[in-house]
Amino acid sequence: MEYEATIGLETHIMQKTNTKMFCGCKYEYGAEPNTHVCPTCLGYPGALPVMNEKAIELICKAGLLLGCEINPYSKWDRKNYFYPDMAKNYQITQADEPLCLGGAVTVEVEGTMKTFTLERIHQEENAAKNTHVAGASLVDYNRAGTALMEIVSNPCMHSAEDALAYMTAVKQIMQYGGISNCDQEKGQMRSDVNVSVRPVGQKELGAKVEIKNMNSFAFIKDAIEYEIERQIAVLESGGKVDQETRGYNPDRGETFIQRTKEDAHDYRYFPEPDLMPVKISREQIEAWRAELPELPVQRRERYVTELGLPEYDAGVLTADKATSDYFEATMAHAKNAKAVSNFIMGEMMRLLSEQSLPISESKVTPEKLAEIIALIDAKTISTGGGKQIFETIFNEGGDPKAIMEAKGLAQVSDDSALEGWADEAIANNPKPVEEYKAGNAASINFLMGQVMKASRGKANPGAVMQMLKQKLDA
Amino acid sequence: MADLNKLTISELAEKLAAGDCTSVDIVNDVLAAIDATDAKVGAYLTLDRADALAQAKAADERRAAGERNPMLGIPVAIKDLLNVKGQPCTCSSKILEGYTAPYDATVIAKLRSVGAVLLGRVNMDEFAMGSSTENAALGKTSNPWDLDRVPGGSSGGSAASVASDEAIVSLGSDTGGSIRQPAAFCGCVGVKPTYGRVSRLGLTAFASSLDQIGPISKTVKDSALILEAICGHDEKDSSSIEMEVPAFAANLPADPSLAGMKLGLPKEYFVEGMDPEVEKAVRAAVEHCRSLGAEIVDVSLPNAKYAIAVYYIIATAEASANLARFDGIRYGMRLDGKDPAELYGKTRAAGFGPEVKRRIILGTYVLSSGYYDAYYKKAQKVRTLIRDDFTKAFEQCDAILSPVTPTPAYLKGEKTADPLKMYLDDILTTPINLAGNCALSLPCGFASNGMPIGMQIIGDAFQEDTILKVGHAYEQTTDWHKSRPAL
Amino acid sequence: MSGTHEGIDVGYVAKLACIDLTDEEKALFQGQLDQVLHYVEQLNELDVADVEPTAHAIPVFNVFRKDELGASLPHDAVVANAPSATDGQIRVPKIIDQ
Ligand SMILES: [Mg+2]
Ligand SMILES: [Zn+2]
Repeated sequence: MEYEATIGLETHIMQKTNTKMFCGCKYEYGAEPNTHVCPTCLGYPGALPVMNEKAIELICKAGLLLGCEINPYSKWDRKNYFYPDMAKNYQITQADEPLCLGGAVTVEVEGTMKTFTLERIHQEENAAKNTHVAGASLVDYNRAGTALMEIVSNPCMHSAEDALAYMTAVKQIMQYGGISNCDQEKGQMRSDVNVSVRPVGQKELGAKVEIKNMNSFAFIKDAIEYEIERQIAVLESGGKVDQETRGYNPDRGETFIQRTKEDAHDYRYFPEPDLMPVKISREQIEAWRAELPELPVQRRERYVTELGLPEYDAGVLTADKATSDYFEATMAHAKNAKAVSNFIMGEMMRLLSEQSLPISESKVTPEKLAEIIALIDAKTISTGGGKQIFETIFNEGGDPKAIMEAKGLAQVSDDSALEGWADEAIANNPKPVEEYKAGNAASINFLMGQVMKASRGKANPGAVMQMLKQKLDA
Repeated sequence: MADLNKLTISELAEKLAAGDCTSVDIVNDVLAAIDATDAKVGAYLTLDRADALAQAKAADERRAAGERNPMLGIPVAIKDLLNVKGQPCTCSSKILEGYTAPYDATVIAKLRSVGAVLLGRVNMDEFAMGSSTENAALGKTSNPWDLDRVPGGSSGGSAASVASDEAIVSLGSDTGGSIRQPAAFCGCVGVKPTYGRVSRLGLTAFASSLDQIGPISKTVKDSALILEAICGHDEKDSSSIEMEVPAFAANLPADPSLAGMKLGLPKEYFVEGMDPEVEKAVRAAVEHCRSLGAEIVDVSLPNAKYAIAVYYIIATAEASANLARFDGIRYGMRLDGKDPAELYGKTRAAGFGPEVKRRIILGTYVLSSGYYDAYYKKAQKVRTLIRDDFTKAFEQCDAILSPVTPTPAYLKGEKTADPLKMYLDDILTTPINLAGNCALSLPCGFASNGMPIGMQIIGDAFQEDTILKVGHAYEQTTDWHKSRPAL
Repeated sequence: MSGTHEGIDVGYVAKLACIDLTDEEKALFQGQLDQVLHYVEQLNELDVADVEPTAHAIPVFNVFRKDELGASLPHDAVVANAPSATDGQIRVPKIIDQ
């Protein structure tokens, strides 16, 4: 029998705020344990939460970037469950009135454009970090209460590839939008994946299995593929898939049962009395919309249509925000987009990967790259000379013109100098001259070579050719 | 000794200003009174004498440096659920054993800034859950008027300390009557401010949408004085309302006339089962207000009778979440277990008393899957009806008069076996917390057994001014508040 | 609560609330809470179909704080309050992932 998998994601993303969601404690990854904590994020008696304005702005901007409708009225709820990483033993979250509703992500999956729709985005608070030692666990509350938003997709994906493309697009958009760095190593982007399988043609979805809390895209892909196979195998063997929560063990490449439907939590949601509802006006939404940055798709589009770059170049340049921003900055001083693109995709990326540096640390600033390209376009230096200057600056820093002088890379185009070398070459090489006049056009290249040699490579090849032709054709 | 402990804030403020006494003198007299009578009353849980005297000395120095302020140097007893930096905050529960508060509640910071002396920490029902201070794990408090009777609750220690002159004034908290009822039982004045008037930051939460901190004092004017110090917007409490604080005390007129005032009398508030002596005393007090020039009008609060049902759903639901943090992990008592679940179960079983367990379980149940709409959601809707009743009533009057409790203070142990019976006594006070407006309780007579009877003056939201004015006028023209228990 | 309430299962709810109850407590609370829940049923007399629920006594909106650093607690105060700590972290019995 043919089976079809249905996948939905709940993606938790830590917003780029200075302080936590409901208290003034700093969020700092890797700080000394329990040094950024206060009565509020430790759940001490009498402590109260107050909303972080910036977090609300960021989640709403994320919503706008993902095409959500911003809920004009949203509220807070308590989600009750006992766990050592949840200081109050309830999580402040949004149950029935989230900040963002709907939305969609359109992305290319194996050559075809697909649109994955969202159910909602809601704001909540992060949990503390547990580490396990012999016979005990240790809790560090530095991460407890940091701003965490949850992007909930509809069950609209059907393969690990879909899920991967979706997550990649979401990550890229969040980074472009300055919403989050989505650094998975730091747990800034984690996903719960819901997978179900049903015989093709069957209307209702199969039993939903939730795989909890994964950050690596690779693991998520493996987990989904494993889970789809597992469920199909169960159905094939005439069994039924149980609705349950599973974890993924990357070492064994398997999912394992964590919680059955029976011992599912009863979260006892109810409105958070310590926090007031949020009302967001049209004006506010439009003000935020106006501040939204251009997204990769839009930039890519513009590079092709307005700057006339090939699709390929546009794709490479926008794949990563830092690179794209560098290109933008260079174009602010340059005209020749293709030349800028060539340098970034060529010299820049080669040297960056050789020395494994981020583009932000390149000594060749956008201004300097623009200057190098300007020198080439003015024929003051050759493309080769430009590459030399680029590499020199990349390694040692410095100013393009100064390096050009120092390395004597400037090309000579002024006629008097060229004329001398040209006459000399014609006088000293009668034979090629004869051959040329006899109609062997190629022989002029030998004379050309002589002139370049005499000029020690500084002569502008175009100008030399012109000069020789004048004299010989006369 | 000069018995300075027997005086009021306003009397002491005059003496201090005139240089007739120092704050240290006052604290010494209060400490002496505690030594003399607290073995019987049992109001105090913890008392740091050296610290109290040091604060008094500091207050005297501030005065010597020219600072003037009615609360400067006045000792205040603190209900044991307010966080005071460096002090325990037991909420009269075993589960907070070993906890030291690392911060000051906003009201405490405000009292420090005006130079009040934070005296000792007084007893209460565990986590403010109770009406008799019998649900206290760390001490037993008696009613100064009859040591065999309860002081009321949950702010029983706050009321008993003031009634026995073991404190000049005290802070309590009121979620369903916990300031007004003990004030009535002990013959004191108590004020439940409008929700949002006083910051809840640092008040260990029982029911967040109902809790409010307020004073228990010897006179209405004293309540006005300390309210000026503790009210005001706090950006650290999202439910705190941005609104300037009137000069409550200064606004109290010297002339005790109530001419031009309309006072409402809700027929529903003279419930069946009410002690006839209470009804008689309150009706007499109403007549007294009429004689002061007030116009008495009938008002109706038809949904008030549902208040207990609504209150015990909403309050316990919020409490079930608020008290989840007491889990033996980050602070307080811990009984170890093989895993966190076992640790929680054992710690909370040993740390909480029966009434707290009962209410947590009730609150957990009304929120649990399948019951939310039937209980919690419905209670929230009826809460709206109760609030609308008051809105309508205050279109016809400036304030509402009623009893505070159906009976005067009862004997210890009389109601402990029957929780529902104990809950029903809150019928006259819980509607005000549900509606969020303000109310004042003050002495209006004595029962034949000598126990004080209180009258409740209910005001619209942020109309503390009005109820204080009515209470002050009544107090100026009666002597009930002057009687003291013989200890 | 529709009609008469099915009756609270004190044992189950106590588990949800993470409180170990003795059998005596269970029996006692069962009776007392059944009484309270029966009393609460009087709310069924009211038709509140189109009444807005009240979650906050005094309705306010948009109470925000700026994304600015506030005071955190001294590390030693946090550790001092903890019943058990190791290397500045709060120690708990081994957490077996739920
Ligand atoms: Mg979530
Ligand atoms: Zn904090």
